[in-house]
Amino acid sequence: MAELTLKSVGKTYAGGVDAVTDVTIDIKDGEFIVLVGPSGCGKSTLLRMVAGLETVTRGDVQIGGRRVNDLDPAERDIAMVFQNYALYPHMSVRDNMAYGLKNRGESKAVIEERVAEAARMLELGQYLDRKPRALSGGQRQRVAMGRAIVRQPAAFLFDEPLSNLDAKLRVSMRMEIRKLQQRLGTTSLYVTHDQLEAMTLADRLVVLNGGRIEQIGAPLEVYRKPASTFVASFIGAPAMSLLDAHIEGGQLLLEGHALARLGNAAGPVTLGLRAEDLRIVDTGLPMRVDYIEELGAQRIIHGMVGDQALAVTDTHDTPLGPEVRVALDPARLHLFDAQTGRRMDKRVEQVSVPA
Amino acid sequence: MTDTPLNMVEADRTLVMRLRAWWSGETATPAKRVQFDRPLTPWLFLLPQLAVVVIFFYWPSVQAVTSSFYLEDPFGFGATFVGMENYTDALNSSEYLGTAAFTAFFCVVVTALALGIGLLLAVKADKVIRGAESYKTLLISVYAIAPPVAGLIGMMFFDMHMGPLKDLAAWFGYDLKVGINYWDTATALIVIAVWKQIPYNFIFFLSGLQSVPVSVREAALIDARSGWRRFWDITLPLLAPTAFFLLVINITYTMFDTFPIIDVIVKDKPANNPMTLVYKVYLDGFKGNDIGGSSAQSVILMGVVALLTVLQFRFLERRVHYG
Amino acid sequence: MQKIKPFDHLILILGALFLCAPVVMALMSSTHTAVDVHSNGLSLLPGGNGIETYTKVLTHRGGFTGDVTGLLMLRNSLIMGLGFAVGKIVLSMMAAYALVYFRFRFATLLFWAIFATLLLPLEVRIMPSYQVMSELHLLNTYTGLIVPLLASATGTFFFRQFFRSVPDELLEAARIDGAGPVKFFIDVLVPLSKTMMAAIFIIMFIYGWNQYLWPLLMTTDESFYTLMRGIKSILQVWVGSQIPDYNEAFALAVLAMVPPVAVVVIFQRMFIKGLTESDK
Repeated sequence: MAELTLKSVGKTYAGGVDAVTDVTIDIKDGEFIVLVGPSGCGKSTLLRMVAGLETVTRGDVQIGGRRVNDLDPAERDIAMVFQNYALYPHMSVRDNMAYGLKNRGESKAVIEERVAEAARMLELGQYLDRKPRALSGGQRQRVAMGRAIVRQPAAFLFDEPLSNLDAKLRVSMRMEIRKLQQRLGTTSLYVTHDQLEAMTLADRLVVLNGGRIEQIGAPLEVYRKPASTFVASFIGAPAMSLLDAHIEGGQLLLEGHALARLGNAAGPVTLGLRAEDLRIVDTGLPMRVDYIEELGAQRIIHGMVGDQALAVTDTHDTPLGPEVRVALDPARLHLFDAQTGRRMDKRVEQVSVPA
Repeated sequence: MTDTPLNMVEADRTLVMRLRAWWSGETATPAKRVQFDRPLTPWLFLLPQLAVVVIFFYWPSVQAVTSSFYLEDPFGFGATFVGMENYTDALNSSEYLGTAAFTAFFCVVVTALALGIGLLLAVKADKVIRGAESYKTLLISVYAIAPPVAGLIGMMFFDMHMGPLKDLAAWFGYDLKVGINYWDTATALIVIAVWKQIPYNFIFFLSGLQSVPVSVREAALIDARSGWRRFWDITLPLLAPTAFFLLVINITYTMFDTFPIIDVIVKDKPANNPMTLVYKVYLDGFKGNDIGGSSAQSVILMGVVALLTVLQFRFLERRVHYG
Repeated sequence: MQKIKPFDHLILILGALFLCAPVVMALMSSTHTAVDVHSNGLSLLPGGNGIETYTKVLTHRGGFTGDVTGLLMLRNSLIMGLGFAVGKIVLSMMAAYALVYFRFRFATLLFWAIFATLLLPLEVRIMPSYQVMSELHLLNTYTGLIVPLLASATGTFFFRQFFRSVPDELLEAARIDGAGPVKFFIDVLVPLSKTMMAAIFIIMFIYGWNQYLWPLLMTTDESFYTLMRGIKSILQVWVGSQIPDYNEAFALAVLAMVPPVAVVVIFQRMFIKGLTESDK
């Protein structure tokens, strides 16, 4: 059990490519942190630097207050779960879990006890003598987790552990991982490109883009107050609609329609609207309907305002004409700087519903 | 028989890529994301192989080059430096040039026949369902027969007294004199060499064919009506890497691995019998005691092999679709 | 799917006949007497002289020293095949391991130094190789028979391919589990390569067993003769004899081809796999 600290960590590859730039994260003991971002954002590199599988070019990695930059992976007191499980195919489930302990010179009795304990926790008891190839994908992933658990490490590192599983199994394994982590209370760093997985698992999310941190925060906080257009479009499904708007004379104008009265300075802004914050009404912002995504409990109406795309969640199933009217809650609109894409404070003064 | 095994279709491709990277001066990409960083350990693992390679490959190769510039006394009393004389002697000798011409001819004929028949059998074996396994076993089993054994059996078939092929030729009114008539011997060599090499080509073509994904086959079935078209447009391009690889192997085979067959059929009696360049190196060196001349021939042969390899990589590889 | 035409089967049958008939005839003819073969030609049916011929070939002491028996040659061929296969696997696995799993200076240079051996077959440098062997006093030794043949990089090439196809994560997991280079090699990589080792073993055994030119040069002492070398001697005796021992020559040929052919037929699947695939 330990806290995990990254201080201005950076990674530059031999070819001069910067994979990770100036990452600082303080992870509390027992916290579950998810690194999320599109492929190539540096999240895996960051995790592998913590594991000791990549060298750290700049900054410090500390585990339990100890600087580990120059330590071998085996000496860092961490355990890792890989996407493709990375089980030793010629060893039984039991031996797979025991291998690391054997190498550390643990006594037979300790190894046996820990393996049995992990097997019980993961319901692997009856498979202990099987080879990995005789197991299903979900079972293999459990073995991989068992291998991590028996080490009783200071931190778990997960590298997209669920990506090789089918959708249904992914959901149930997700819950299992979360429950297990809460029970063991082990600090965890988890990498995924799946924003839903990130939202459901994390105590805190770290959204990465181009090797830099875009935002750190609790899932809901990140969802409700995305720090940039990147975060806004990456977290949440359907993605937040981002539209070019501008402020003129204290009015927020979208395609000539005044949406709200704001105290912000005049000029172009990017307007972010979540589909579920919008409603189909009788009077409001006009939108041409493109197509409708039926999801059962609700439907998502994709349309155009002027030549900009907008999505609206609707719980009714009445047939729609080619054009609908959309209402929005000015408290729930997001404003971003048109140039930098960073979040802007908005000073809402008065609602104005366009005719 | 060749010991060039293995998934060389795949292997070949990376070798080509490596070669290219090497030519262009790029550093090779590391084989693994993570590697061990120990200065000494890899050398310990490499030591046995390196020792064998240095002692039994580089040392003799260097010696071949040096002794090719010397005229060695047949009784072992020292050697005289003669410069390029051994080379000019070899290249000006009509006997040497004749052997070179035959080697080239032999290579082309054997490679073409062995590849062609191997491909034909593989295509048919890939098609049939009934008895496929039995055909496969029968066609493959000959692979393991050593070239000298093949030569021995072949010799019996062409034997002047009791060879069935001699009888067959006689029935057509031809007097087959293997070992005496130049082209009769050449025919025998070609038949035996092809016979020995078909299974190897068959194995590779068949596994090449069977690795064509079912979906591709089905797509081809929908897109092309004639079986010949399908073969020509779809199957053959997909087989190209296999065929390219086999071409290299077959040329190497006819140049070098047919040595035992020639030795058994020609039996150290070069008089008016065809032989390959490699066999001549052996004859001149061991039977003729012309070490300098033999070494010069070795070096020429090394050059030819190296050139051939580069040419194959440069020109053929470009036209081949690696899927 | 496609219809099967009798034509396809015809071609396959002709092909199988062309390939297998000579072998069958050699086998059958070896069971006839030399006179029988001489007067009646090769045979497709078994004769009555089989036991006699094979007993003679296996146990009769021949050669100039009068010490060579077929059994002795059989044993030497076996040593040659096994020694070569084992040596090749050990050497090339170790070398490939170093090339794939380590970052060190001159790695690229060494890679090329080793793989250049693929360019020049032994036959091209046979003369100087012989001289080197005689300088090292390795003529007429098993070391001299086997070790120089190991200089070709085919095995290394193969294992390198195979190791590269092993998922990277396996090494990473092993490093987190605290395995060093030697431990990883022995605990993980070697057991993982079992199937490939077996396949390579088959191919290399056949290659070693079938060697002809090298034993021809390396062995003047008849106690080191292999079956292939024996074939050469039996043919040398033929020159000038009235009725050559056709049956004995065939028997020797059969002895020389049965083990490798049997290995190929029995382990067909593994053999083809080793020959054509780099497995995961």
